[in-house]
Amino acid sequence: MEAKPKLYYFQGRGRMESIRWLLAAAGVEFEEEFLETREQYEKLLKDGRLLFDQVPLVEIDGMPLTQSRAILSYLAAKYNLYGKDLKERLRIDMYTDGTLDLMIMIAQAAFKPPKEKEESYALIVKRAKTRYFPVFEKILKDHGEDFLVGNRFSWADIQLLEAILMVEELSAPILSDFPLLQAFKARISNIPTIQKFLQPGSQRKPPPDGHYVEVVRNVLKF
Amino acid sequence: MTKDLSLNALQANGIRCQESLSMTGKPVLHYFNGRGRMESVRWLLAAAGVEFEEKLFENHEEFEKLIQGGTLMYEQVPMVEIDGMNLVQTRAILRYIAAKYGLYGRSLEEQAWIDMYVEGLRDLSDMIMFFPLSLPEEKEMNLEYILHRATTRFFPAYEKALRDNKQHFLVGNRLSWADVQLLEVILMVEECKAGVLSGFPLLQDFKVRTSQIPTIKRFLQPGSQRKPPLDDESIGTVKDIFKFEQGMFLKNMSTIVAEY
Repeated sequence: MEAKPKLYYFQGRGRMESIRWLLAAAGVEFEEEFLETREQYEKLLKDGRLLFDQVPLVEIDGMPLTQSRAILSYLAAKYNLYGKDLKERLRIDMYTDGTLDLMIMIAQAAFKPPKEKEESYALIVKRAKTRYFPVFEKILKDHGEDFLVGNRFSWADIQLLEAILMVEELSAPILSDFPLLQAFKARISNIPTIQKFLQPGSQRKPPPDGHYVEVVRNVLKF
Repeated sequence: MTKDLSLNALQANGIRCQESLSMTGKPVLHYFNGRGRMESVRWLLAAAGVEFEEKLFENHEEFEKLIQGGTLMYEQVPMVEIDGMNLVQTRAILRYIAAKYGLYGRSLEEQAWIDMYVEGLRDLSDMIMFFPLSLPEEKEMNLEYILHRATTRFFPAYEKALRDNKQHFLVGNRLSWADVQLLEVILMVEECKAGVLSGFPLLQDFKVRTSQIPTIKRFLQPGSQRKPPLDDESIGTVKDIFKFEQGMFLKNMSTIVAEY
């Protein structure tokens, strides 16, 4: 039996959350080690498992994977969530790069001083409403299928749901102009593995708060 | 009577035919006349021996026109027309090209290592890309920061990778996207400071060897589609086109400092 993947990160969303979503949606159980002290981080450095001295780190299949996008691509391919050919994979890459850009903006906003943080959140909501969500509404409208790519559940669907929920935390009515995304959200949330992940007690992490920001700053010294 | 709709027939009939560049079958790159995020795409296509054409916009109005044309998924460039599609998002573009032309490894594991290496290279090249947008009084500090990162975080990792792989390539036993981009970024860092590779003998060796690969050697010669670093005039153009402000270097460093 294969060993479970092991995730090394802070006890919060950051750049690891999309990885948790993907594993959970694929029905893959995983373990987590949470970084809370500088000493833990320095030990990881000394052990030579962090290619560029950075987390996230995911140990899987005997490899120490770092760089969240590299990890996500590997997992999507391994668990058959990356389309059936090169062109489908390309479309999934274009869609996930977009939603990931949006979610990274949200993750980074937590580290800004209050005034800049509010400005960031406003910009994120605007971008979601005018740049990103219209694209996905149109994709669903044009092909009329349940999933974004190839009429089959993929990494692109998981990440779009994740992004929708994150933006809704900033602005609850964000989907009011996007009826197909509303239906998409309900449909994908009901997939059993995802439904389980959305329940309290799962390994899904809450939005970043002051404590999370403090821990990250202490561990990474910035 | 069937109509002959071939290009020759149309022209023969004096009908002006709007010739799209993509009718030649070559990929078409849409960007401004500079490196930016498109340079890695130019390198990869060139290394793969793929001829490509470019439509380079020169001011904000032309960029707006491209946006209005509706071919930019997120209203952003780079955009590459290839195989009947309009590709956006640099990583998606590069992955597609790498896979299509056999530069993405031969197993999922090799692909993962290539992905990790190119992500690191993107972080380093992003810093260099944003450097011209430094506030004048912060230029020296920012340059020091870039060189420090290059020589303490990134170059050691690639030197070790070459040492561990025991091959002339970063991953597996043949040229991949990771090698092409490593050479690209080595040259970019050397433009910031000559001799920055001293202390990294395997990288020096790698640089020389990889530069000799015929397609790459050709790309490195004057007259190729490789773009020069930004000079003061082109910095002004970039700022006008994308509405960038001075001081963006530090603003954007938080996206690169650490994965957190």
